[in-house]
Amino acid sequence: MSEKPFTGTAFYAFLKEHKLMGARCPTCGAIYAPPRPFCPACFNAELEWVELSGAGRLASYSVIVIAPTAMIEAGYGREHPYCSGVVELAEGPCISAQILGVDVAHPETIAIGTPVKVAFIERGEGEAQKTFLGFEVVP
Amino acid sequence: MQRKPGRGVAIVGAGMSKFGAFPGLATRDLFVEAFRELLASVDKGFDARDIEALYIGNFSSDLFEGQAHTAPIMADWVGLTPRPATRVEDACASSGVAFREGLIAIASGLYDIVLVGGIEKMTDLPTARVTDTLATAADVTYETPAGFTFPGLYASMATAYLHAYGATPEAFLKVGLKNHENGALNPKAQFGQRIADIIEARKASAAKKGKPIPTWADELAFLNDERANPVIAWPLRLYDCSPISDGAAALLLVSEELARRFTDAPLYVIGSGQASDGATHDRPTLTGIPAAQRAAQLAYAMAGVTSADIQLAEVHDCFTIAEIMATEDLGFFAPGEGWRAAIEGRTARTGDRPINTSGGLKSKGHPVGASGAGQVVEIWKQLRGEAGARQLPGEPCLGLTHNVGGTGQTCVVHIFERR
Repeated sequence: MSEKPFTGTAFYAFLKEHKLMGARCPTCGAIYAPPRPFCPACFNAELEWVELSGAGRLASYSVIVIAPTAMIEAGYGREHPYCSGVVELAEGPCISAQILGVDVAHPETIAIGTPVKVAFIERGEGEAQKTFLGFEVVP
Repeated sequence: MQRKPGRGVAIVGAGMSKFGAFPGLATRDLFVEAFRELLASVDKGFDARDIEALYIGNFSSDLFEGQAHTAPIMADWVGLTPRPATRVEDACASSGVAFREGLIAIASGLYDIVLVGGIEKMTDLPTARVTDTLATAADVTYETPAGFTFPGLYASMATAYLHAYGATPEAFLKVGLKNHENGALNPKAQFGQRIADIIEARKASAAKKGKPIPTWADELAFLNDERANPVIAWPLRLYDCSPISDGAAALLLVSEELARRFTDAPLYVIGSGQASDGATHDRPTLTGIPAAQRAAQLAYAMAGVTSADIQLAEVHDCFTIAEIMATEDLGFFAPGEGWRAAIEGRTARTGDRPINTSGGLKSKGHPVGASGAGQVVEIWKQLRGEAGARQLPGEPCLGLTHNVGGTGQTCVVHIFERR
């Protein structure tokens, strides 16, 4: 469905189009998100792109108070903590993402296993504008 | 087939700088401090010019100090050029892996006498840039864009652990309390204070400034107080995290047949295992570290011992949850039981499974590239009966080190025997 190489650049270019894309191994059927150029399960090097449903559940998380520079520039930090987590996608693989729609003031209320769906987070302006992967709690 | 080294290797000298924050001291200065102590530690003395090669663990002097290519500088500053000097970088496991490279070099027959070092100078940068630099040990394409910091990644393993096993964060606080107890007995530790000492210091400081004197019912109340112990990445608080540190450590490795020329009490390296892994989210479990489990299996098999035989261990407690997972990954406790063992005091110096008698990374300090070599220094002292006030009773003869890079993209385990 795409001739793009299986790179991080391509993954983020798809995110910009609001598509969460993974790689599928036609030989063994394994799905990889983030995408990979090479199947570590069966050593096949001819993978194909697959668009993922964006549905998943929260596998782990943290509410981060001491933020890295990139998140401070995005407006987060001591006064505005944010949630990052690992999401187990409906298709099987797990991926890291910012988690939206949770009560960061009460992290103990955030529940592992909560259903989430993909969200596309725009940061930066002009040339520096980039789309980041997020998931939000399904209401 | 379980492979063994081509020939045996022993440690005959060890030294470390004090760990802490040392404005004005660069990695080379700290390394010289460690090397001086190493020279003094060789019981029968030796000529440093007999050293044939250096392997130096260093995570990121490039970003911390603006200085790359650090191994030849260390060789130069201790008078050992033109001998080959190789830098080893595997994040926080850099000097654990450098140790293994030194072991392999001697086992291969290429060298008889090798210097292994570890160095890091972290405190020149502001905290946000230290956080950024540490985060380069994670996957910068797929993990850090999610907002993950290093405390954040370990915190996410902590929430997975709490959820899977019904554990309570009190277990994490107990690990911190225990490691501060041990570090208070280690003159090289960054925090030479128990939590109780820190509470008294806070009260004294408030009194001196004429401010209201804070009170806490006990140490756990202090650790549960958001003002005294703020959240860094929930559920991990300040006292769950190892500090930002400067430091260096140095070890002298020789072939087994030469060992007694240097000392009558060498430590023999009987097991070595190393493993790699992908990003945190790509692993089959978030409640343990698969590379640590694998490295431990390899080291136990090489040594011909089991986890039950190990009498003390220095494990990679960059965060308190990491120590609990380590005690499970190493087979000391069953999966899901490490947190109970911590609460029950089984990992204290007086427990049946003493862990991190040095104070661990938590209290001793965590100059990341020096931490793996620093762990070996503690095993050297404990197995030779030289650990002073924190010395374990009963003349232990079998010790283990467990050094993790990143969140477990690298793990290296070594087993040491005093015969």
